[in-house]
Amino acid sequence: MAKSITQEFVKGLWDEIPPFRLVLGLCPVLAVTKSVENGLGMGMAVIFVLVCSNILVSLLRNIIPSKVRIACFIVIIATFVIVVELLMQAYTYPLFLKLGIFIPLIVVNCILLGRAEAFAYKNGVVASIADGFGIGIGFTLSLVSIGALREVFGNGTFFGMSVFGPSYQPFIFMVEAPGAFVCLGLMLSLMNLAGNK
Amino acid sequence: MGDYVLLAISCILVNNILLAQYLGCCPFMGTSKKMETAIGMGMAVIFVLVMAGSITWLIDAYVLKPFKLEYLRTIAFILVIASLVQFVEMFLRKSIPALYKGLGIFLPLITTNCAVMGVCLININEEYTFVQSLVTSFSYAAGFGLALVLFAGVRERVLLARVPKPLEDTAIGLVTAGMLALAFFAFKGMA
Repeated sequence: MAKSITQEFVKGLWDEIPPFRLVLGLCPVLAVTKSVENGLGMGMAVIFVLVCSNILVSLLRNIIPSKVRIACFIVIIATFVIVVELLMQAYTYPLFLKLGIFIPLIVVNCILLGRAEAFAYKNGVVASIADGFGIGIGFTLSLVSIGALREVFGNGTFFGMSVFGPSYQPFIFMVEAPGAFVCLGLMLSLMNLAGNK
Repeated sequence: MGDYVLLAISCILVNNILLAQYLGCCPFMGTSKKMETAIGMGMAVIFVLVMAGSITWLIDAYVLKPFKLEYLRTIAFILVIASLVQFVEMFLRKSIPALYKGLGIFLPLITTNCAVMGVCLININEEYTFVQSLVTSFSYAAGFGLALVLFAGVRERVLLARVPKPLEDTAIGLVTAGMLALAFFAFKGMA
């Protein structure tokens, strides 16, 4: 492993940024990006769970037998999801209500399981922390950018503040389900365009 | 009886799990390239979801609630679903190897299919009775299968079309899904 810690961190921000480069964990991306705030909250929750589960998986990687590793990963991830669920319920209740079932559903987000399997199970603790932060922050960035796009056009606001003034007719399509798919598809194609120079 | 029919229709069309509630998108993009895999995946999800829906409801009502362990719901549900998926996988490998090969990596991924977990949680959150949860589980799964098969049909045609380079594969898939979602969006007017 010649890669440095910085490289592990940076790769999550561009080379392997989910969900654009690794097409994983689409559901929360589509569902919670109606506004920037929701996207950010979801991103934070994912960073927390991802870093914690990466640490634990990487610490236990010599103890977990490879045959039942997936089950172990899921239990580890589920534990941290419960922690984050209780924390959000206690401190950020309005956001907790908005995100609804998508918080417990972090447990089935493929990114978490994917990172545990592909990275943390094979690498040391420090590298896993860097990987967790990198991928987590990359994921948050994507959520926030899609959220910004959809909120600005679909609602005429950014973080709840009006952008175009009161005369703006909201483009409802963007905040509803169809807009989510189209928006993500177009962003993906832009990323491809930028990456294939 | 009429109520159940209404509930089923609303789950299949109006609140389609994929196109209106955004659950289960990973297998949606992954297994929709071929009609055959799409049908297989749809069937697998129906099977797993009906079983998971009923078992998780029973666990919630008779284990978690009496002992005030609701905060363990996430972990309990995911374990039930994971073991169910294992069971389905073993069953398919033994009896229908061709389908098992076709589904490949996506069969174990039903575990991380948010549709399955999502429906179980919706059932609890909406405080459905046992029969109602059975109906919703089946109809959500059927809606998932319907959307998947429709989408696979469209996607097979898109393969033949000439698509701009950056839009290839997943990107055009997502845009197509958006169009399909738009069609399903029209059902919202019925509710």
